[in-house]
Amino acid sequence: MSATSAAETTEATGTPLARLVAARRAAYRADVVTDDPPQLTRGSASRRLTDQVARVVMWASFGLAMVPLVWILGTVVARGYELLLASSWWTLSQRNINAADVGGGAVHAIQGTLIQAAVTAAISVPLGIFTAIHLVEYGRGRLARAVSFMVDILSGVPSIVAALFIYAVWVTTFGFQRIGFAVCLSLVLLMIPVVVRSTEEMLKLVPNGLREGSYALGVPKWITITRIVLPTAFSGIVTGVMLGLARVMGETAPLLILGPYTKSIATNLFDGYMPTLPTMINQDRTEIGLDSAMERMWATALTLILIVLALNLIGRWAARRSSVRR
Amino acid sequence: MANRLKVEDVNIYYGAFKAVEGVTLTFEPRSVTAFIGPSGCGKSTVLRTLNRMHEVIPGGRVEGSITLAGQDLYAAEVDPVAVRRTVGMVFQRPNPFPTMTIFDNVVAGLRLNGLRNKSELADAAERSLRGANLWNEVKDRLNKPGAGLSGGQQQRLCIARAIAVEPHVLLMDEPCSALDPISTQAIEDLIEELKTDYMIVIVTHNLQQAARVSDQTAFFNLAATGQPGKLVEVGPTPRIFEHPVHESTEAYVSGRFG
Ligand SMILES: Nc1ncnc2c1ncn2[C@@H]1O[C@H](COP(=O)(O)OP(=O)(O)OP(=O)(O)O)[C@@H](O)[C@H]1O
Ligand SMILES: [Mg+2]
Repeated sequence: MSATSAAETTEATGTPLARLVAARRAAYRADVVTDDPPQLTRGSASRRLTDQVARVVMWASFGLAMVPLVWILGTVVARGYELLLASSWWTLSQRNINAADVGGGAVHAIQGTLIQAAVTAAISVPLGIFTAIHLVEYGRGRLARAVSFMVDILSGVPSIVAALFIYAVWVTTFGFQRIGFAVCLSLVLLMIPVVVRSTEEMLKLVPNGLREGSYALGVPKWITITRIVLPTAFSGIVTGVMLGLARVMGETAPLLILGPYTKSIATNLFDGYMPTLPTMINQDRTEIGLDSAMERMWATALTLILIVLALNLIGRWAARRSSVRR
Repeated sequence: MANRLKVEDVNIYYGAFKAVEGVTLTFEPRSVTAFIGPSGCGKSTVLRTLNRMHEVIPGGRVEGSITLAGQDLYAAEVDPVAVRRTVGMVFQRPNPFPTMTIFDNVVAGLRLNGLRNKSELADAAERSLRGANLWNEVKDRLNKPGAGLSGGQQQRLCIARAIAVEPHVLLMDEPCSALDPISTQAIEDLIEELKTDYMIVIVTHNLQQAARVSDQTAFFNLAATGQPGKLVEVGPTPRIFEHPVHESTEAYVSGRFG
């Protein structure tokens, strides 16, 4: 391109045609470059009106979206906080407490939820992260496309389907008991796609220049991934894991199908019933006519919200501690 | 000299697209070679084949022979990772590792290749930072993030990082194009000093810079967009600038074109 323009400038002094072209070009430039002062004032009245309307619509949508959120949070807090203030809530189970009794403890359900979440995360996080690394750093060709497609499908699977699938394998096919670990397996199915997709996005955000900078120092690819790429993406990956955990901790269908509730402390994933916060809510729902059960439901819901919130805060803190330094 | 880098009859492809065709040239140790030519003619592409970075790009492929000290860099038994340790590279945009401190950045190549000894790392860091003319500016804040330096300092940090692994050859792809004149001057001085130890290949759009820093200049050009780029001529820098053989070289170095 530069070659032709050079040729044209040399010609411009030559043939009549070239001179004509040069003149036209000069005239065109004169059209574009005017002596009018630039317009620096705000736009016209209609432009301002559009701006105002857009602004109002934006704020209104935001407000509308916030209404249910604030409403739910407000109701849960207002109706549930009282039980949480009693120390027994955090130290006792529901053992020997009838639906008509007020209060009792939630520690059995908190333990169950945390243990199941931890085991689910321990399985899904490495699997999800390795899958994402494969897709972003190594994946070309058919295998990667197939894996990516599967992850898409998995992320669209409703939780009840994941639960029934595990039920079909675990109970119907193998004849095992309904236990906490089976719940974890179905939660793993739900968590993996969240971890894969979010980790994938975070890895893609790492600039290629960093990878090349590392290769150029004679650093092998897998060390580049573990020591340069993953640390750079760390905070984003943690956020993704937390999102996945939050989703999984609120799941109910797998718990109802695979993890029956009990009112006592039961922490063994591999034997017998295992209480969790969602199944505890479900238990009180069966006695919903009683004020005591109703209040306990709100309190349990608030407990679950607080735990998810706490995990998110911990995640943020961890992400901040060892992330990109500025 | 034995440790010559020789490029013979090299064609370079991106997938089916032949980006560069028939390049033959020789680089001498302790000398600076400048690559000049219009945008898109394949300077970066050729540069990246010299340390096997080209094949990192999907579909990247090289034909022909590239030898360093008589060894074929593309032979089956050669490890590209080892090639990159021997032939270092500095990129157009400074790319310090954002999770690392200045110190960690400089010793990254050593540490990630398994060097653990603290005092050796500290020695290497000081030596490389002095080598890159950055020591005085950063010696009091080695534990601050590398990304917090100015653009010119970041680029010198990247040079320090590249020379910390003690390569034989240093490739630089437009190392000054994002820098102000003073930082540019600092890097040109640095090239002058580094030349006593390293073979340097630098891509630049700045003809004065090529004339100032290089011993040998290679002019690349392409016939038309979509055609492969070619090496038009290569020779001692003064000859290329004062008595070019080819008309297109003459046009380019005299600024009548590009
Ligand atoms: N990753 C890539 N994939 C496909 N084609 C590429 C890629 N990188 C470069 N090319 C093509 O290869 C040719 C040479 O590009 P190259 O980057 O080597 O040019 P250059 O001389 O370095 O240009 P500049 O001076 O603008 O940096 C161009 O036609 C370019 O479009
Ligand atoms: Mg380039």
